[in-house]
Formats: sequence, C-alpha cells, structure tokens
Amino acid sequence: MVGIVTYGSYIPVYRIKSEEIARMWGDREDYPAKGLKILSKSVPAYDEDAATIAVEATRNALRRKHIPGEKIGAIFVGSESHPYAVKPTASLLAEVFGAYNAHAADLEFACKAGTAAMQIVYSMVKAGMIEYGLAVGTDTSQGQPGDALDYSASAGGTAYIIGDRDVIAEINHTVSFVTDTPDFWRREGQRYPSHGGRFTGEPAYFKHVMTAARMLMSKAGTEPKDYDYVVFHQPNGKFPLRVGKRLGFTKEQIEPGLLTPYIGNTYSGATPTGLSAVLDIAKPGDRILAVSFGSGAGSDAFDITVTDEIEKFNRDAAPTVRKMIEHARYVDYATYLKFRRMIVEVDE
Amino acid sequence: MVVPRFWRERRHRYNLIGTKCPVCNTVYFPPRNVCPKCGRDSVGKMEEFALSGKGKIYSYTVVHQNVLGYKYQKPYIMAIVETSEGPKLTAQIVDVDPEEVYIGMPVRAVFRRISEDGKAGIIQYGYKFVPDWDALDK
Amino acid sequence: MREVAIIGAGETKYGEHWEKSLRDLAVEAGLKAIEDSNIYAEDIQAIFGGNMSAGSFVGQDHVGALIADFAGLAETKIPAMRVEAACASGAAALHAGYLAVASGMYDLVLVGGVEKMTDLPGNMATDILAGAADREWEVFLGATFPALGAMMARRYMHEYGLKIEQLALLPVIAHEHGSRNPDAHLRNKITVDTVLNAPMVADPLTIMHCSPVSDGAAAVVLAPAELAKKYTDAPIKISASAVANDYISLHSRPSLTTQVATVEAGKRAYKMANKEPKDIDFVELHDAFSIIALEALEDLGFAKKGEGIKLAEEGELNLGGKLPYNPSGGLKAKGHPVGATGVGQVVEIVKQLRNEAEGRQVDGAEVALAHNVGGTATTTVVHILEVM
Repeated sequence: MVGIVTYGSYIPVYRIKSEEIARMWGDREDYPAKGLKILSKSVPAYDEDAATIAVEATRNALRRKHIPGEKIGAIFVGSESHPYAVKPTASLLAEVFGAYNAHAADLEFACKAGTAAMQIVYSMVKAGMIEYGLAVGTDTSQGQPGDALDYSASAGGTAYIIGDRDVIAEINHTVSFVTDTPDFWRREGQRYPSHGGRFTGEPAYFKHVMTAARMLMSKAGTEPKDYDYVVFHQPNGKFPLRVGKRLGFTKEQIEPGLLTPYIGNTYSGATPTGLSAVLDIAKPGDRILAVSFGSGAGSDAFDITVTDEIEKFNRDAAPTVRKMIEHARYVDYATYLKFRRMIVEVDE
Repeated sequence: MVVPRFWRERRHRYNLIGTKCPVCNTVYFPPRNVCPKCGRDSVGKMEEFALSGKGKIYSYTVVHQNVLGYKYQKPYIMAIVETSEGPKLTAQIVDVDPEEVYIGMPVRAVFRRISEDGKAGIIQYGYKFVPDWDALDK
Repeated sequence: MREVAIIGAGETKYGEHWEKSLRDLAVEAGLKAIEDSNIYAEDIQAIFGGNMSAGSFVGQDHVGALIADFAGLAETKIPAMRVEAACASGAAALHAGYLAVASGMYDLVLVGGVEKMTDLPGNMATDILAGAADREWEVFLGATFPALGAMMARRYMHEYGLKIEQLALLPVIAHEHGSRNPDAHLRNKITVDTVLNAPMVADPLTIMHCSPVSDGAAAVVLAPAELAKKYTDAPIKISASAVANDYISLHSRPSLTTQVATVEAGKRAYKMANKEPKDIDFVELHDAFSIIALEALEDLGFAKKGEGIKLAEEGELNLGGKLPYNPSGGLKAKGHPVGATGVGQVVEIVKQLRNEAEGRQVDGAEVALAHNVGGTATTTVVHILEVM
C-alpha cells in the first residue's frame, strides 16, 4: 500500500482583507466577496518565502510522525515562486532535514507543481526506489497590484511524506491531463505573471479539472457519491463550487477542503493544503478525490482512501489548517506592499 | 559576494545545533570547540547538540536604526531568548506586535530568511522566534 | 616594574571634522601631547595607537605606521603599533604603553587614540560599530549595538524597577558638563524630556541615551615616574592599569545587569593602586549608552546594585557632588570617536588633576578613575590616576 505517511501545512499568520484591497483600487467593497468569494488572503511576512514555508510545513509533518532524514529518499518541491531562479529549494530542504541521499529537484507547473511532486514521489515509492519521499507544494505567489490576482495570490504550503508503511491515506489511483493552453504565464525576468482573463475559465480550469476528474473516476470505477470529500484547485472561492456542481458533487463534499475564501490562492500549495484540511478531520474509510490545476495547462487527480492507521497517527502534534486559518493578523495595504517587497528597495 | 562565511554555519542556523560538553554536560549555543568551564579537558570532545527551539524572552528591544540589510524590516524586535536547554541566544521575534512582547514570554523557533547579500547574492536562512501561542493559551 | 607617569596630554576637539582626515586628527593630538610634555617628537621611543576600525571607516589599516610617518617620525624608525579592543581600543593602547614603560623597555612612549567616523553615512557606521559584538551570532541576526544596550537597559529595568526617566538623568548630567568643555562634540544642555522625546534608536533607548558618532583623537606621553619631574612640574601618576574580558556576546553571560569585566577590572585596579571607591574624587565612565555607565557605577563599587541612579537623583554626580561624573561631558556629550575615547578620558583626568579644567574643574581632585569599555562591557579597562 502506497500513500501518505504524514502531512503538514503552513500558512503565514498575516492576512489582508479583500475589502482593504478593494478600497485601494476603487472596486466595490463587496466585489471580492461576491464576485470572487474571497474574504481575505494570506500574506507572507517580509522574511518568508516559498522555502521557509516548505520548511515549516515539513516540520509540521515531521512533528506528527518523525521520519529520519536518512530515510527520506526523495525531495521534490513544487512552486512558481522558488526564491532563486537558479539554485534549488529542494537542496535547502535536504540540508534542513538531513536527507543527504535524496533524489531532489524543484518543479514548476503554475499551481499544480505541488501535486506533480506528489506523483513523482508516489511513483518512486511504488517502484521500490525509495522508502519515503517528501513532496511539497509551496508558494508566495505574486499578483499585479490592482489586478484581479491582487485579491487572490497568497502564500502557504503543504508537505507530504509518501511511503508504503504506516500509511494513513492510501493513494489508490492518480492520473493527469495536460494540454498546451496558455491561460496564465510569466516570462523570464518579468516580475508579475500575466493571464488571459476569462480565458482562464472554460478552456483552462474547467476543461482540465473536469477531464482529469472524469478520467480518474473512470479508472477507479467510482462516481461522485462514492467520495466523502472532494478537493479542487481553488484560484478563487467560486470555481471549485461550480466545477464540483458540474461534475455532480455537493457543497458538503467540497467545503471542508475549500480554503481560498479565507486565505486566497496558495498556488502550488492550494490543492495540497485543501487535502491537508480534509485529512485533519478524516476518519478511517473516508474516500477523497483531489484534483489540482496548473495553468499552461494541466490537472493531476488523486483517488485516496483514509486507513485505520490515522487513528494511531499523532495528528494533534501539529496545528490543523483550520487552526492556522483562525490564527490571523490583519495588515493594511501599505504593510502588505512592504511585506511583499513591492516598495522599491534601494541598496543600503 | 560572500558565500562560505554563511555556508559554513548553515547547520547551526537551520536547526539550532550547538554543542554540549561531555565533561560537565553544559549545553552551548552558538557552538564552541572548548568548554569555558572544563577548558583543556573538553578539547576535542565537544558534541553536537540540537536545541528544541523552545524558550522564553529574557530581554528585548525594538530596533529603529538597523544594521545593514535590515532596513525594510524596521521597526523589528530583537530579543535574547533563554532556551529551555539553558543557553541564551540573540534572535529576532516576529509575527507579533512590539507592544505584546514581554520578558518571560514563551517563544518557539521558526525558519526564516535572515538576510540577503544584495539583490543578486545569496539568501541567508536561519532561526527567528515567534510567540508560542500554544504555551500562552495554556 | 617601574611606576609610570603621564608627562603630557593633548586632544583634538571631538565632533564632525569634515575637513580633517584620520591622519590629520592623530597627528594634531600627538603633537599637542608632545608639546605639552616639553619634549621633541624625536625623543619618543615607541607609539601605541588605539583605533577600532579605520580599515572599515576609511579603508586604512596599518594605522600605527601611518601616524608615525605623518607625525614626522619615519626617519627615527621607532616601533608604532595599533592596539584594538573595539571601543576600548584607546585605554587598551594606554595599557600597552604603560607596560612598555613599566617594564623598563622604553622611557618615553606616546599613546594615542584616533577614530575618523563621519566619512560614512550613519547606517554604515552603525554596522561597523556592531563589529564590537559577535558578528555571526548577534549582528548577523539583526542586533545593532544600541539594540544590545537596550536589552541591558530593559533587563535592568525589569530586575530593579528602574524607570526610563530615571536613567535619562545620566545624559542630562553629561550634557551639563559637556556644555562647559570646549573640546566636546555636543555642548547643548538638555532635560529629561529632551531625552525621553528624542527619536527612538532601540526601545527604550532614544538617541539621547546614546553617544554621538564623532571624529577625534587624543594622546598622552608616558615616562617613568622617577624621571617625570624632569619634563613637567605636574606629572600624573598611573596608579593602576587593569584590563578584564568577558564573553563577547551579551547572551552568553549569566547577567545583563552586572558587568563582570568591569567588576574584575575594577577590583584589579583598586588593588594595584591600593585604593578604594571612596578614595576616588571623580570618574570618567564609559557612557556610550547611559545604562553601561549606570551599571558601572555599581560594578565599580560606588553604589549598591540597583541603587546607582540614586547618586544622580541626589546630585552627587554633578560638579560639586560627592562623585562628579564625566566632567568632560563623557562619551555622550564630549563625543565618542571610539579609538580615541579611552585616551581622551585620561586627557580629561590629566587636565582635572592639574587643575586646568577651566569652567568644569572638580575642586581639589587628586585621584580619578577612567572606565573604558569595548563591546557590551566585553572588555573593560580601568585606569586610576593621581597627582604625584
């Protein structure tokens, strides 16, 4: 049985309210809440980046179940905001956790690099190459000030240790669907990403998420009612509900893993963190469908069954996603700009 | 650009690894090659020892005039933290407002960016501390 | 060991010397001291120069050779070396010069101290001064020097219930005295409100709890006590020269409120001079931050721990009090050109003991103590001087 051995998330403590962003740009105060279903988003502190978030998420995972570094055979980190253009985040994690023999690399696939990391590590365990592997989805995503993404691009991440012993959630199946669909991109050297506006919807998000979800259910021989929870990539608070409805899922199945209304879109961290929130409350036998989406474009889908092992698992050793969401400190737009290094900095 | 000076301390800064004197069992952070109490008896015998990252604020200040590299974090809180293993260390306290901080406040270590060598150089990572809200809630 | 005396002293004005370089300042002070000694520069047999960081402030190392050269002594081929102990470099140089004469190796030794600090913007000076702390384990993590001083103050306030407005009395006294010293960097009188309402540097220390960034130099000429009267009618004896070191980092010490290095250097000095605190007529204490001087008052035995500020409250630290404090204005008002400071304190003491400190003379002063600190009282140098 190959699956999740432990997991941990990290969400920065700072938030900015959508109405504060709306105030800044003259949007209707209720536009983000109604139009995007985003009430607030997480903001990384000045000294946080995708790497620090990855370390804290992994530490939370290891608090729940300690896996010694020498047993971690692979480290893959998915992010679109790796601190360096050249120099891996994965090697930093290897050093912090003493996993000096790990296969390690960084991944980028817009918002689905985290689930891509999970698939790679899963396959390496399944192939018998490694005992345990670490997969992380982490981001401090950037939105252009004043753009719709200013309301959503946020920060957070989740780490999964995948193995074949003491598995708390078995990964039954995983599939992917990918096409060359440029709905969102950032060219080398550009500070902020660009996007195709409404083109990010139907031909991109909906097409890929729905195709991958249907492929997976067909492979697993399941239908929506077989799942206790479903987690979709969540660029805003509306898309996951709409795609779920179209696929035949209920609000009750979707909402436990829907975090964007409170913390925004954590990009590579989004689907992994939604799944983390579900694992925080899952019981043995619960079945979970998780479907990510990365612009450019593709989706990874997972069919997961929670095992009896979760009863013995020390979930309380790290904070739940909901607890981290509740522990919030709100900042104004000026502080947000300072934290996000959007004030033009000069060398001292 | 400076690289090895920071690189060689990475393990100590990433995981709060100090040293312990096997003669008198005193724990030190930052690491030392010689125990000030045992002197020559400790030479060549000092062992690595990882701190848990839990501690209490022993003293603190809010810095308004920074050392180089901290300009955009002003004002920021610096503290001497007394770790639960004994050694005190100097670190920034983050994710909290200055007026909430007090001597004796329980804190725990987090992994953060410490500084960077300009816009093109290496980013240094290491420990800072945040209030230990779990301990505070109890 | 021979007894050692100061036969001449001189200093530049402290302050922002936009038109004077490191060498200009050092040579000016050195020549004043030589002239004051009634000797010629060629009579000097060795130079010990205190300087913390010319290499960083002006990109100039090898300061001993530079100063000897530009003092016109290149032809004499005498030894000239720099001594460094952060902000205690000046007093450390005096200690070295003292040993050189006491040992019998040299008869006439020039001890100087110099720092040229204002060529760089304030934030760079702050960064260089932070080199007096542990760069890797204090400064790297964001601690400035005032931040370390502030943590001493905060802890002292916590342990002894000191109020920040009480601590503010020390800079007020320093400025009162500095206003009477023509060589002082800052000559304005201030009040407790001035101190409390000044811009914050590191909470609870405002800029008025901190010494200014100054340029300046100071120098003295040493001779064996038995020969001193040959050169001057009023030689000043160095009764004690003592140095002690502690852990470099504040966090490594058991206490932030007792300066162990000051206690130790004080004890050694009192023993060497065969004196007690009550024998001291006035003090020049290292008030880079007011808290350092407050702790030193206690650690040198002038008050019980936690009660030092009472001396200020009762007026005993003013001219005319029982223990006039920093009649020069101290580091706070006279200024703190770091490498010069320890020598400059002694220049002030020489003036006072010769009864030449016009406008700020401590009446009848015969014995005085200088306390110069490097780092957060990591290195403390104590000198006791007396009239011969």
